[in-house]
Amino acid sequence: MADPAPARIRDPEIDAEPSADGTHTVRLGGAWDIRALEFRARALGVELARFAARDAWDLTGIERLDHVGALLLWRAWARKRPERLRLAPAQELFFQNLDRADSGGRSTTLRRSLLDPLAALGRRAIAVGSHLAGIVRLAGQVVLDGAWVIANPSRGPWREVSATLHRAGAQALAITALVGFLIGIVLSYLSAEQLRTFGAGIYVINIVGIGIIRELGPVLAAILVAGRSGSAITAQLGVMRVTEELDALNVMGISAGVRLILPKVIGLVIAVPLLVVWTDAIALIGAMLAARLELDISFNLFLQTLPVAVPTANLWLGLVKGAVFGALIALTACHFGLRIRPNTESLGAGTTQSVVTAITIVLIVDSMFAVAFSNIGLELRG
Amino acid sequence: MPERHVIAVKGLWTEFDGHLVHRGIDLEVHAGEILALVGGSGSGKTTLLRQMVGLERPSRGSVEVFGFDLRQAPPAIRAKIRKRWGVLFQEGALYSALPVFDNLALPLRELRAFDEDFIRDLALLKLDMVDIERRHAARMPSELSGGMVKRVALARALVLEPELLFLDEPTAGLDPDRSESFVRLLASLRERLGLTVVMVTHDLDTLVSLADRVAVLFMGELITVGTVPEVVRVDHPFIRSFFGGDRGQRALSTLEPDAHAGN
Repeated sequence: MADPAPARIRDPEIDAEPSADGTHTVRLGGAWDIRALEFRARALGVELARFAARDAWDLTGIERLDHVGALLLWRAWARKRPERLRLAPAQELFFQNLDRADSGGRSTTLRRSLLDPLAALGRRAIAVGSHLAGIVRLAGQVVLDGAWVIANPSRGPWREVSATLHRAGAQALAITALVGFLIGIVLSYLSAEQLRTFGAGIYVINIVGIGIIRELGPVLAAILVAGRSGSAITAQLGVMRVTEELDALNVMGISAGVRLILPKVIGLVIAVPLLVVWTDAIALIGAMLAARLELDISFNLFLQTLPVAVPTANLWLGLVKGAVFGALIALTACHFGLRIRPNTESLGAGTTQSVVTAITIVLIVDSMFAVAFSNIGLELRG
Repeated sequence: MPERHVIAVKGLWTEFDGHLVHRGIDLEVHAGEILALVGGSGSGKTTLLRQMVGLERPSRGSVEVFGFDLRQAPPAIRAKIRKRWGVLFQEGALYSALPVFDNLALPLRELRAFDEDFIRDLALLKLDMVDIERRHAARMPSELSGGMVKRVALARALVLEPELLFLDEPTAGLDPDRSESFVRLLASLRERLGLTVVMVTHDLDTLVSLADRVAVLFMGELITVGTVPEVVRVDHPFIRSFFGGDRGQRALSTLEPDAHAGN
């Protein structure tokens, strides 16, 4: 069996003979190809630097030459042919190619500019603005598409809405339950510790009730949906854009807005409030368990006090928040999906950006809700 | 021991999920030849190419490249073999996250043998060889036309000075002028470098002007291997329809006796 680097080819050889006029006659032999040069390119480059284009060069002894070897010599000659050069006819091609490539001009396009960081900052600022404008425009489009569907209900994307409900809602039940349950336990335990010092243990029901139903339930459900479904929507639309499926829909006269974006928005507007109720319920069960273990508050007492401690307005507020969050998550995810450029990096970056932006928007809007509705559902009773 | 054949496929069977792609293929690729694989859609041409570069696993039989079975060879040998071939994928398979220039520079940088200036010269030289202008070197693959993607991918396949080149549909999607210059480039590379080429192609013009031998696959079996005139004489429904159409006749008409040698 032959070795992949055949031994019969000799290593690169340089043989220099001084002439009377102070120049050298340089004879090269052996293999001057990438396989032979891979481990010696730097050393040979240094050795060749001793000679220059004014020396006489004889390349006819070279057994194997390729562009790598030719380039090494070309650089030793300061990018021009020596006047006294002996070549085998087959070697001509490499130097012709090198000469032709150089005549294309030493390009400067690859050089970076000092102003690049400043330009990058500017581009980022413009990008934030354009994302905001894009999301607003998309929201407008969704409203128009929604109006069209109301006018033509039989042609609505109901099958797609149902698929979104299943994927974003039903399949998220387990994870929201687990997270809700754990948060309920933690919140209840921590509050119980504090309240017990003041002998006010019974108020744990007020704290966990208001906290979970008004704040934590909606926010937890929204964050989980943003992570699970937001990323999936972005990736799906992104790949469809990259593979020109969106263009294919377009030329068939099928509206991507009605078929792809609207069902996601409708689906999440329905699914997130339902998940909020579910998360609330499971979190309250967790809180109830912890209260019983820590403060000896019976399930019965907990359930009887809860409706008194937490005004119903909080539940409605939580549901409205859920619907708004759902719409925002869907819009953000779709927007970033439609901005994916056809390369692998953009897909990854776009998906990450989509999730981070969706969660940030959810929290910003949540704090707006907190300020705007501060006088609703918080009057002390019990 | 001189390498009489660069690739030896021996009794190759390939099976995907109970679906037989190859049924006992025996094929040798000689050093310095251009072998074309032809066959209808789904006849296993591309899969055979993928077997040769070790991307698929034979269900039975073996594939030897440079005298080594890729599946059995120790990792050091495998790494050496991989540096001796270049592969042009059907869709180019350029790294979409890297600009054109870095697509070519990546394999060179991986060698850790050359400084950045040298790599730059070499990469731009290869781009020049496939007629890509320098101003395109900083562009992303997604900004290139289909034909340019093909040419950049060819430059990338050539960047490590391979002895063996695998081409999957090299001229599909190129305009006739570019196909022509592609054929000329390959012919000159083969002449100067002693390049061995295995290519999958549908393009009769490329086939007739480049291929030394043609291997015809049909339903996962190798019908015949030989020079174009030999293959045309074989009586088989696929060969009749492949070479017998108007396009086939036109391409073959350029193939007067001995004209082939002078491409």
